[in-house]
Amino acid sequence: MKYTIALFGITKEIVGSSSTTLEVADMLTTDDLLALLRAEYPKLGAIRSLLLAVNNEYAEQGLALSEKDEIALIPPVSGG
Amino acid sequence: MIAIADSPINIQECIDAAQSERAGAVDVFIGTVRNHNKDKSVVRLEFETYDSMAVKKMQELAEEAQARWNTEKIVMVHRKGVLSIGDVAVVIAVATPHRAASFEACKWLIDTLKQVVPIWKKEVYDNGEEWLEAHA
Repeated sequence: MKYTIALFGITKEIVGSSSTTLEVADMLTTDDLLALLRAEYPKLGAIRSLLLAVNNEYAEQGLALSEKDEIALIPPVSGG
Repeated sequence: MIAIADSPINIQECIDAAQSERAGAVDVFIGTVRNHNKDKSVVRLEFETYDSMAVKKMQELAEEAQARWNTEKIVMVHRKGVLSIGDVAVVIAVATPHRAASFEACKWLIDTLKQVVPIWKKEVYDNGEEWLEAHA
C-alpha cells in the first residue's frame, strides 16, 4: 500500500516537502499513519496537535485509510 | 461568494456580493495584518492554505450560519501568500434582514474560521519567523 500525505505549514517545513509518501504492507488507520509519521520525523512530536484530513474532512481516530484517499496532515490552524 | 484569494481582496466587491434586497443590514469583518504580536515586531505574514478543504469548510460554516441566523447572503474570502503590514487578510460580509443577526453571525463566522479552516499563518520578524499556534 502506498499512501501520499499532503503537508502544510510547519509540517511542510519539518519534512522539507509539500507531500510525503509511506509504503507499507498493510492497510493503515489514521492512528497508524500518524504514529509512522511521528517516528520518521521526530520533530513532529513538538507540535501542539496533529490531525489528519481525509478527502477534505477531519478524520476520526481509527479510520481505515485507502490508497485512493486524499490525505493531509493538519497542524494547528491559524487563519484569520 | 466563498473563496481563497491569491491577490488583494477587493472589499467593495465583497460587500456588493453580500447585498440583498431582503437585507436591512450588512455586517463586515475585515482582518488586517498588524505590525506586532505580543512583544515581537512583525515584518510580514505568510498564509498557507489547503485550498479545497478550506473552501469546503468555509461553505459548511456559511451553511451553518444561514441555518442559525437565517442570513440572506454570506461572503467569506481569505488571502493566501505573502502579506505586508496593513494588507487585508480576510473579509467576511453577512447580510440579514435585521442588524442583530448580522453582527452575531459575522462574529461566529470569524471565530469559527480561526478554529477549523485549514489556513496557516507564519509571522516573519526582523530576526526570525514562527508558524503561529504550532507549539504549546
